[in-house]
Amino acid sequence: MAHSSGTLPAAASVPARSNSGPARSAYSAFFGRWAGTWLALPFPLGLLLLWGVSAHYGWVAPQVLPSPQAVLTTFIDLAQSGELWDNLWISLLRVLAGFGVGVVGGLLLGVAMGLSPLFKDYTYPFFKAFSQVPVLGWLPLLMLLVGIDEALKIILIAKAALVPIAVNTYKGIENVPSRYVEVARVLQFSRWQLLWRVVFPAALPPVWNGVRYGFTHAWLALVVVELLASSEGLGYMIVFGRQLFQLDVVIAAVAVVGVVGYLGDQLLARIEVILLGWRRSGF
Amino acid sequence: MIPYFSKTRHQRDRHPVPPFLRGWVLPIALVLLWWLAARLHWSDSPLLVPPGKVWDTAVQQVASGELVRALAASLRRDLIGLAIGVSAGLVFGIAFGLSRLFEKMIGPTFHTLKQISLFAWIPLLSVWFGLGDAAKVAFLSLAAFFPVVLNTFEGIRSVPGELIEAARVLKFTRRQWLTKLVLPAAAPSILAGIHLALVYAWLATLGAEYLLVSGQGIGNTMIDGRELFLMDLVIFGVIVVGLVGFALNWLAARLERRLLAWRGRSVAQF
Repeated sequence: MAHSSGTLPAAASVPARSNSGPARSAYSAFFGRWAGTWLALPFPLGLLLLWGVSAHYGWVAPQVLPSPQAVLTTFIDLAQSGELWDNLWISLLRVLAGFGVGVVGGLLLGVAMGLSPLFKDYTYPFFKAFSQVPVLGWLPLLMLLVGIDEALKIILIAKAALVPIAVNTYKGIENVPSRYVEVARVLQFSRWQLLWRVVFPAALPPVWNGVRYGFTHAWLALVVVELLASSEGLGYMIVFGRQLFQLDVVIAAVAVVGVVGYLGDQLLARIEVILLGWRRSGF
Repeated sequence: MIPYFSKTRHQRDRHPVPPFLRGWVLPIALVLLWWLAARLHWSDSPLLVPPGKVWDTAVQQVASGELVRALAASLRRDLIGLAIGVSAGLVFGIAFGLSRLFEKMIGPTFHTLKQISLFAWIPLLSVWFGLGDAAKVAFLSLAAFFPVVLNTFEGIRSVPGELIEAARVLKFTRRQWLTKLVLPAAAPSILAGIHLALVYAWLATLGAEYLLVSGQGIGNTMIDGRELFLMDLVIFGVIVVGLVGFALNWLAARLERRLLAWRGRSVAQF
């Protein structure tokens, strides 16, 4: 988790593909634009086949790697019995509560540090020190202080989300081009107008980036804390399956964790398009 | 800093506390409050240990060599995992970057696996690699692997087309092309990936020690402290974890600056 700063390179994005470059092989040119779809299939299908075959012939013990069919059956069982949805719901509620607290706190802190140099002077070094210790570092301390109930989960998830959001908000506001502010001054904007018409809109892209990082970190924190201290939720399903050597449960739950994390990030990406849609009209 | 509010700026300059002391006010106030709370027994909880006790624990941990042992175990794993993860990440990232065929065949699978929350791997790895150091190192490698692959790939793909044309004009050999053009041009992104890997690996080191509780390490020290209700040991652990994270970050930033120093001059010319 990038606790050092929220402005580390985007680990979650892939650059747009350009059609030039020395690496463009004749092979992919030949297959044209469908090549991407078809070429992606053999590798995962091959892995799946290898997995299925090795399970079928008993090359690996089912306790070490259950067969793909077993994982699928377990997944359907868990979905039908509602166990999966109950745990998913609990995890979602936790992450939403923690993320909500983190967003509000991070925005408030970031805006305050961005707008008031004096506030920044007093709080930023302390905040930096606080954020140097990753979520997992605070975990044993918080376990002693607040126990292992919901409070622990919410606080840790909130901390995970708060740090990148606060840093990006602060940096975003600080980096608003000063000529925007000068224009606003020429136009005799009131302080309120300056904030809502100039500073916040201009800072929105980095701030939203921070929010997306925040969600990724919050989801990561949720899984850790549920793995370590929980009796329900997706993370607990994983631990539970591991303890009983039911790896089919583990793999099914891990897959759900991956899918939900991905969907959450995609949702925020969509919202970003809507939020920043106004910027296009400028060009 | 933009002077949004000229009044604030004015106040800032005339403020009674000089700027370099302002950052210390909050931490000192908190420690003072903590000390007072312990001194005046505001709470009977055994968790309210005085700051002096934490200091004693720190001295005892350092003097007895406990700290060095734990840190050495953690850092050794951290570095081995990092080395494996970064090397594998570079190989995959370069392959993804240079070969579109490879990217199209393996890329989607890679991106799917990347979606899996890092720590969710631990239970699986613990079955496959046991509860010892092997599983921890495997997990650390995985933590370092993903950011390096992504950033190497992005760095190579965003090498400017003009540079590639220039290389063609200069008739670079394949090898020259890679070592003199592609890798140097992608270096900032690759180093950023390694920096990120360092951050993730340190986090993963702690996570692995919590979840695969066996052996030594600073994470184990903290878990033990929690189980025995030794608040002083836990607070000491938090401070050490923060300091190590800070040191690793500082080191990475310095290395990055040093390795990228050659770029500064060429930019300054324009």
